[in-house]
Amino acid sequence: MIGAVDFATWGGHLAADALAPDRGSIDVLVPFSVIVPLVAAAVSVIAARNRIAQRVIGLGALLAVLVANVVLLVRVDDMAEGIAVSQAGGWAAPLGISLVVDRLAAIMLVVSSLMLVSVLVFAIGQQAEERRFAAFHPVYLVLAAGVSASFITGDLFNLFVAFEMMLVASYVLLTLGGRPGQVRSGMSYVVISLIASTFFITALALVYSATGTVNMAELSERIPQLPSGVQTGFSLLLIIVFGIKAGLFPLFFWLPDSYPTAPNAVTAIFAGLLTKVGVYAIIRTQLLLFPDDARQGTLLLVVAALTMITGVLGAIAQDDLQRILSFHIISHIGYMIFGLALFTLAGIAGAIFYIVHHIVVKTALFLVAGMIERKAGSDRLSRIGGMVRSAPMIAVLFAFPALSIVGIPPFSGFVAKFALVDAGISVEQWPIVAVALAVSLLTMYVMGRIWAGAFWGTCEDAAVSDRLRPGQTRVPLLMTLSTAVVVAASIALVVFAGPMYDLAERAAVDLLVPQNYVQQVLGATK
Amino acid sequence: MSTQAPTSGPQRLVILDQSIKVLYQSILVLSLYFLFAGHNLPGGGFVGGLTAGAAVSLRYVSGGAMAVRTAFRLPSHIVLGLGLLVSAGTALIPVVLGGAVLEHGDREVGLPIFGDVKFVSALAFDIGVYLVVVGLVLMAFAAFGDDLGPIESTAPPEPPDGTGREAS
Repeated sequence: MIGAVDFATWGGHLAADALAPDRGSIDVLVPFSVIVPLVAAAVSVIAARNRIAQRVIGLGALLAVLVANVVLLVRVDDMAEGIAVSQAGGWAAPLGISLVVDRLAAIMLVVSSLMLVSVLVFAIGQQAEERRFAAFHPVYLVLAAGVSASFITGDLFNLFVAFEMMLVASYVLLTLGGRPGQVRSGMSYVVISLIASTFFITALALVYSATGTVNMAELSERIPQLPSGVQTGFSLLLIIVFGIKAGLFPLFFWLPDSYPTAPNAVTAIFAGLLTKVGVYAIIRTQLLLFPDDARQGTLLLVVAALTMITGVLGAIAQDDLQRILSFHIISHIGYMIFGLALFTLAGIAGAIFYIVHHIVVKTALFLVAGMIERKAGSDRLSRIGGMVRSAPMIAVLFAFPALSIVGIPPFSGFVAKFALVDAGISVEQWPIVAVALAVSLLTMYVMGRIWAGAFWGTCEDAAVSDRLRPGQTRVPLLMTLSTAVVVAASIALVVFAGPMYDLAERAAVDLLVPQNYVQQVLGATK
Repeated sequence: MSTQAPTSGPQRLVILDQSIKVLYQSILVLSLYFLFAGHNLPGGGFVGGLTAGAAVSLRYVSGGAMAVRTAFRLPSHIVLGLGLLVSAGTALIPVVLGGAVLEHGDREVGLPIFGDVKFVSALAFDIGVYLVVVGLVLMAFAAFGDDLGPIESTAPPEPPDGTGREAS
């Protein structure tokens, strides 16, 4: 009889298994940030014809994820071991898929989900691609799931899966609208991502054949037993793979080409999150998998310096607002790598603080760029001007993140840069400190150019200035509101700089002593 | 299910049409076999879905995009969405029941004709994957299939993922 299939028995069986690891309810929240957006994406696909329903689903899911992540961060930070582990499928660590949230992952989850919610509100307010394409919401949610998955995975192969999830979603978002320029740069983005994925899967195969595992906790125990040449090889290979994602010095060329062509909201979320996922992966793998002598400190320092310099020089040479900001991302990736490359507590804590600061501030800048484009009808600095009078609100919203990213005191950029420079000085890495300070100065020039071009002066192009009559184009309230939230978050970062930095320091302590991570992951289900 | 598609121009082949009437259903049955056999034998949701996708593409070869559109009653995005919902749901349901994410159970059941059959809850995940693959194949044909013949009037350019069509 078919009716004999008894679901209640299944339920009982599952519940009995779940009682074994007695770690409280917090572990349940670990996979939440991946599963919920995926389920929401599914419902969103089914509701493809109803944009209102899609908006409710998307915002509801991401808000729920945000709340869950905040709870997770507070709880994880409270715990003595500072880590929450969930074993997918109920299989113990080396067999199953470990999902791990330590302090660093929790910080990243909170910041990224806040950005995802704000940018979604911005996109809804924009009434552009989000409204025209039914695919926007489902794909955006898949992107959210991919980003979260790459933060929480404790398994190198699933990091690959998470990257792919993120990439496939980003292909669609990048080319939404299908304009020729988008498709062209989308092609190069797809090609470079496929090359990176090929490197990644090759690296995985090599790591697996050398160690017999892809679980990061187990790798952390087994990689140090390999010959040192092999260790260095793996370390370099993974830096290349994640360096392409992050936009490190010789591997950044695809980024300023592809990001500016995407819809504004999409560029904002890419700029805020995707490169930082690459940086996160570099930090995670370098610190967790490799022992001291296989870490590439010197190489990363050189790469960091070159990344900072080329990024900012590229930004100076551009006229188009989105392109300036895109080049500028690269420059700041250099700062994060600089912090990591010191491999000291202060350096890593500084890098973590810098990542958080940069995600918030960069997203804010791109959102403001979207508002400028909406208001002025163009994002070329040579065609716009005088917005400090025509749109004082936009000017204010731009001023805060711009001053912050330059590193002017009381803003979060100052705290972040000060932490990094201080860490650099304390280990006497003078060249990189000098580069970091010089690049800050150039950053000020870049931001000054945007300010002078967009907000001061007058509009020179007569054809465009016709469209610039006051009251002609109004920036929708939701766009302003969501940008204001992100800007407020960047201000909150400096108001709470003390506790934030302490948290970053605790996260850095966790990272520098991976034994706890290994023990928690491998021992969690024993 | 009728395979009789609207006329698609002069190049329709009678032999192809007639063989597809037989093949279409057989391949779909085979794909279902793969789907259910997949737990312990070669097969599974992905392979089954691809096999079903092959059946759908046979319909495309014979009847063009219209024949694909009439192949399933449900719109393709619903198939895709349901599939994703089912497979993502199987990750969530064990959590609600108090287990780990994606945890699965199994149960042997005596059925009248089939004998003892082992049911695994992982099958639900596989069914979801099957639907996702089929939905994706349907969508791909809906989005890119129109240039085969004069079956449909030419539509305005669509986004590459094809969901834009569903919204309009």
